[in-house]
Amino acid sequence: MDVTVTFTVNGQEKTITSDPQRPLLDVLREELHLTGTKYGCGEGRCGACTVLMDGQRVLSCVTPVAQADKQRITTIEGLATGGSLHPVQEAFLAEGAMQCGYCTPGMILTCVALLAKNPKPTDEEIAEEMNVNLCRCNGYVKILNAVRRAAEKMQR
Amino acid sequence: MIRDILAKTFSTGHLTAEPQRSEPFDEPGCEVDPPASAGASLSSRKRGTRLGTGLSRRAFVQLLGTGLLITVTEGVSVARQFGGRGSRESATVAARLHINQDGTITVMTGKVEEGQGPRAQLTQAAAEELRVAVDRIRLIMADTDLVPDDGITAGSRTTPYTVPAVRQGAATARELLTRLAAKRWNVDSSTLDVHNGTITHRETKQTISYADLAKSKDVAEAFKQTVPVDVTLTPVSQWEVLGTPVPRPNSRDLVTGAHRFPSDIVRPNMLYGKVLRPPSYGATLESIDLSEAQAMKDVVVVRDGQFVGCAAPSSFRAGQALEAVAKTASWKTSPHPSSKEIFSYLKEHARAGRPNTRGSVETGLAEASKVLSETYEVAYIQHTPMEPRAAVAEWKDGNLTVWTGIDWPQRAQRDLASTFQIPTERVRAIVPDMGSGFGGKHSGEAAEEAARLAKAAGRPVAVHWTRAEEFTWAYFRPAAVIECRAGLDAKGSIIAWEFTNINAGGAAIDTPYNIANTRIQSVSSDSPLRQGAYRCLAATANNFARESFMDELAAAAGADPLAFRLAHLENPRIRTVLETVAKHFDWSTRRKKVTAEIGVGLACGTEKNSCVAACVQVGIDRKRGEIKVHEVCEAFECGPIQNPANLLSQVQGCIIMGLGGALREEMEFENGKILNASFARYLVPRFKDVPKIDIHLINKSDIPSAGGGETPIIAIAPAIANAVFAATGVRIRSMPIRGGQPALRATPAGAGAAKASP
Ligand code: FES
Ligand code: FES
Repeated sequence: MDVTVTFTVNGQEKTITSDPQRPLLDVLREELHLTGTKYGCGEGRCGACTVLMDGQRVLSCVTPVAQADKQRITTIEGLATGGSLHPVQEAFLAEGAMQCGYCTPGMILTCVALLAKNPKPTDEEIAEEMNVNLCRCNGYVKILNAVRRAAEKMQR
Repeated sequence: MIRDILAKTFSTGHLTAEPQRSEPFDEPGCEVDPPASAGASLSSRKRGTRLGTGLSRRAFVQLLGTGLLITVTEGVSVARQFGGRGSRESATVAARLHINQDGTITVMTGKVEEGQGPRAQLTQAAAEELRVAVDRIRLIMADTDLVPDDGITAGSRTTPYTVPAVRQGAATARELLTRLAAKRWNVDSSTLDVHNGTITHRETKQTISYADLAKSKDVAEAFKQTVPVDVTLTPVSQWEVLGTPVPRPNSRDLVTGAHRFPSDIVRPNMLYGKVLRPPSYGATLESIDLSEAQAMKDVVVVRDGQFVGCAAPSSFRAGQALEAVAKTASWKTSPHPSSKEIFSYLKEHARAGRPNTRGSVETGLAEASKVLSETYEVAYIQHTPMEPRAAVAEWKDGNLTVWTGIDWPQRAQRDLASTFQIPTERVRAIVPDMGSGFGGKHSGEAAEEAARLAKAAGRPVAVHWTRAEEFTWAYFRPAAVIECRAGLDAKGSIIAWEFTNINAGGAAIDTPYNIANTRIQSVSSDSPLRQGAYRCLAATANNFARESFMDELAAAAGADPLAFRLAHLENPRIRTVLETVAKHFDWSTRRKKVTAEIGVGLACGTEKNSCVAACVQVGIDRKRGEIKVHEVCEAFECGPIQNPANLLSQVQGCIIMGLGGALREEMEFENGKILNASFARYLVPRFKDVPKIDIHLINKSDIPSAGGGETPIIAIAPAIANAVFAATGVRIRSMPIRGGQPALRATPAGAGAAKASP
């Protein structure tokens, strides 16, 4: 039985009628055409589908859309404000922290959530928190540098 | 933006004879084995008959509102002139680049971007020779309607072949433009300078920009000429753009989510498709009932022989429809060997080989005072590109357009034309910058599946493989059994060397060491899994065996592994990387400090005209036998460095990717099923696995540049195996080098084997 779900995505209210079990990831990509959120595994093991739900990181591939009801969702498309990039996006660019770039949206959103709750993470804390996020280009060194740079910049 | 405009191409056609095609892969080792057991969708493919005639197409492009129409490809013949390798034959300047009236320059290449950096590098190549800043270049990649065929993106070939091809085209364009300016001013072109896209007459200071020149008809006329291969290119010492860390041109779109990967393409009225997979390799469909799915609203169900698929307005719905048909399917299964017995299976099925010999191995072995003989094993692994296979297919008036992630758009075009028995010119394949591949995307299954479904549905259809599908129905890096035998003389020099690789291939199979008597061969076998290219092909397996065995020989000779290698090594480039890495790692000091828990190891190698050496430190938990790589120091040299930032990324990526294959990754299979087809059970490197990494890039300017996205991977596994041996005295002759083995758990008396040797 389909249900009606209402949530805000990147500040805009959306109402979706859908099977309640349908992954939030599919709804974002296929109904709202917010394709910045990626599929990598569909089982919560790669972080490519990371979005923020009320500021918390959520793996949208294992989140049934019904759980998004009345939530505030931020996807990679909603991170920049008025044409200026979020400091974490700036940091990824400055460090060149992407090869193919497919993991990048998930990495950036995980980093945003991490820095919101721990503005001065140690390298170990970064690795711990970001361990869910896979980069198959194995660009972890530059990604780590980007997270450090973002943390530093957001302190100021 | 430019892509949107370019998408509005149109075509007219006339009949023309088309030459018969039989392009092989660029590289024998890149060949993907035929999908003997690769799934229903592929088994129903019919090879189309070759068409004696076909529609040739002129594609016209309207660029950036300048009102200028240019001919990008004058029929396939122009594109084909580039050949598979991209630089050997001449093509017209117009097929390679176009000067726009707004001062930007559009450059066209058949190469694809999947993370190894050709977009930046080819942009630099054009900018360098045209004497303009990189932001003036717009690079169009991998669209069969617009670009020349530069061959497959594989084998580290972009740097040695496509970069020169683009540079030749750009240098020719600059010369032609300079000549036109000279003619216009009635001066000699040697009196002109070119800087920043503007041509200046030194004496009169008169100037004219490329953009202004491009307004004249003369330019279009001049660009019809073919690119001479002997055009003078800018020497390395004068590089201003090449050699600098130019970022990937579209990286902003990657951090904002604006870039559309193949799996992000959405077409009006598009459906999402799912394809039925057999329950095991080799299984064939006997019967199936489509009626339940057919009765579902908005669902299209297709059956064509072994191919069964469903398309629906959402993936979720398509998945439900597929489940409905799948539960009614009955399959005939066939036996399939398991990963537990794979190495004996490959050995039993090995075919005869044709060895390469030097001197006489028999004589060498007879004269040896010590003979060692060992066998190494390498497991099948999967590329697991971050973005699984994906495609959108759209039919219009008998023409097929696909957007897909494949390493060679022209292959997708040809394969689709053949499958659907239509002329090549009726197929357009576009490869948006895609989510990695590592040699795993040479084949275009998703495009074919999407095209089948789209044809039946009469609407565009997207097919996005799941991770489990990618794990199971893509192809694998070959498993290998490698047999090594060598003889040492009384002084501890190698005088005989025998090396046979069963199943994995011949990349980097020759020994770089100076040995008088050798017999080296690569022999094929019956691979039960579909296998194909993987970053650096069999060089990883061959280097693992060779560099491990070199360590065993060093130990047998009572020699230090570094000194032993150098004593057998003439190649100055390998010597340099080896000496560089040993110095930075402080090899000789740290070698003496090896304990039963801490080991160091080294390895080196050469492939694809580049050289690598690595030193690693590992820690062994002797209670649990676990291996942790603490530190990797690697030196790499691939000639003049064209983009140091990108090269560093490639080396970092290869090192960490190499850790996966070295320590953990292996396909497990039984009864035709993959047992670990998920990231939960197939463990690729993650943040917490990243060791301390110290990289030394050597910029060697007196040779041509080689690619750097592959070879840095080949020294990692043997260096780790050698470090494990140094600490524990236990020689692990398999990849992955599994931790937790009983032998690693015990602490043998006086362990720290290295202590026993100098
Ligand atoms: S796609 Fe959601 S965690 Fe991998
Ligand atoms: S950049 Fe390719 S997966 Fe991370």
